[in-house]
Amino acid sequence: MRRRLAPYLLVLPGGLWLAVFFVVPTVVMLSFSLMQGDVVSGFRLTWHWQNYTDALSAYDDQLIRSLVYGLFATAACIVLAYPVAYWIAFRGGARKTTYLFLILLPFFVSFVLRTFSWKFLLADDGIVLSPLKDAGLLPQDFHVIATGFAVVAGLTYNYLPFMVLPIYVALERVDPAMIEAAQDLYASPAQAFARVVFPLSLPGVFAGVLMTFVPVSADYVNSTVLGGTNNTMIGNIIQNLYLVNTDYPEAAALSFTLMAILLVGIFLYARALGTEDVLEVAAR
Amino acid sequence: MTATTTERPARRGVRGRWGDRLLYGYTWLIIVWLFLPIGVMIAFGFNDAKGRLNLTWQGFTVKWYARLFSVPDLTTALVNSLTIAVVATLCSTVLGTLIGLALGRYRFRGQGSLNLVQFAAISAPETVMGASLLSFFVQLNVGRGYWTIVIAHVMFSLSFVAVTVRSRVLTLDPAIDEAARDLGAGGWTAFRLVTLPMIFPAVLAGALLAFALSIDDFIITSFNSGSTLTFPLWIWGAQKNGLPPQVNVMGTLIFVAGILLAVGNALMARRRR
Repeated sequence: MRRRLAPYLLVLPGGLWLAVFFVVPTVVMLSFSLMQGDVVSGFRLTWHWQNYTDALSAYDDQLIRSLVYGLFATAACIVLAYPVAYWIAFRGGARKTTYLFLILLPFFVSFVLRTFSWKFLLADDGIVLSPLKDAGLLPQDFHVIATGFAVVAGLTYNYLPFMVLPIYVALERVDPAMIEAAQDLYASPAQAFARVVFPLSLPGVFAGVLMTFVPVSADYVNSTVLGGTNNTMIGNIIQNLYLVNTDYPEAAALSFTLMAILLVGIFLYARALGTEDVLEVAAR
Repeated sequence: MTATTTERPARRGVRGRWGDRLLYGYTWLIIVWLFLPIGVMIAFGFNDAKGRLNLTWQGFTVKWYARLFSVPDLTTALVNSLTIAVVATLCSTVLGTLIGLALGRYRFRGQGSLNLVQFAAISAPETVMGASLLSFFVQLNVGRGYWTIVIAHVMFSLSFVAVTVRSRVLTLDPAIDEAARDLGAGGWTAFRLVTLPMIFPAVLAGALLAFALSIDDFIITSFNSGSTLTFPLWIWGAQKNGLPPQVNVMGTLIFVAGILLAVGNALMARRRR
């Protein structure tokens, strides 16, 4: 009897915590998205579906921009991370862990602080641009901050390690004997890579996409710090509606829309890969 | 036959060497890029800045290390961050370890839904998690502050601990635990003397991960902090008037402490093996 109950007793406290502070809040947010009212007179559930159409028509620009920035930053992460992961996995030798450690080390500095540091580095008259301008290599009115490029670059910078890690894990699992076998069958190094190594590393790329695209598209730190006023993303709007305007119904409708778009994407991925596999890669 | 075997490695050798060098240089380029803003942060903690503006290099000084705590509300924010991280780490490590044990060792009803919820809690965007938790607190009329931050941090980090512990438990042989019981150990004794020492590296890794997630969290915290400030929230609010050099110093010290902890953990794990 006690042994039958054991797993439930073990799961109970943490499971309750997740149920009360993760599952229930999601339901509450869903109900908020169908309410009407304001902070002073209170909110009532009126099944006001119009919150969704209102929110979408008012903020479709930011929603689309978030997804586009998300795609660009994720693609940049793949291109930048793949060669690094490849080199560490196949040529890292005894120093593999050291290199991985170096890639993860930036996480010991607050994400917000690193982003402000980029703003400082790339400022219009900052330590990178002003010498170049003084030397006449760049026009005086050249700027990086407050552009979409700066936002995508900042997002790429902040989430790159999340892409290196899963690709590395997948490449690490590739048995070198497979590459030798391909070459024994007269595949050129390029062919061996394209036909053997790359397909085997795809689960890692998929997991990396999952771990970067979702947080990147919902981020508002990079767009606030590096994007100025013309490159706001959907996260900025949600945060502003919640904390400044206290327009909870519209904010809830908007974040639910964002979550729906991203979760549908995630679950399609997870089904293609198997949930536990993705979880495992995510944990590393 | 001999011609091809001697020719192929030679050709591969030349091209391979150049390719390797290129990749090696590229990897270091990326590492330098990753460290660039951190280097700037560390350097400007030694800048002899006048007043609050720390924007141009004025000369070397260590005075900000001596005056580390001279901005009172920044100090409070740092203390909040540290204590919240400690409390949240303890709670999420205990709760997450229990779930990890259950998932790794038993098959039970509801396992699928639990996996699904954890997967969602790990992968849901922070903006949405922060927003829904805020909706929940607003609905219940709970004032936001220190303890709502702790609740949020335990919520988003416990799944990471559970997944880390679970993958370790899966590698253990259940016969070891049964052997301990056959030798007369009760459930708790078997856990304390046999299972816990074996899963301890994973528990520690999970705890470190939870601590790192908590102390760095900005987005979820910003939704549920009320007027309580943590270190990242203080930086966010103060940046309009310029960040004082103390921020750089604190960032540097956290960075160094993190490195020491991680290296210490790795060395301990190596000795254990």
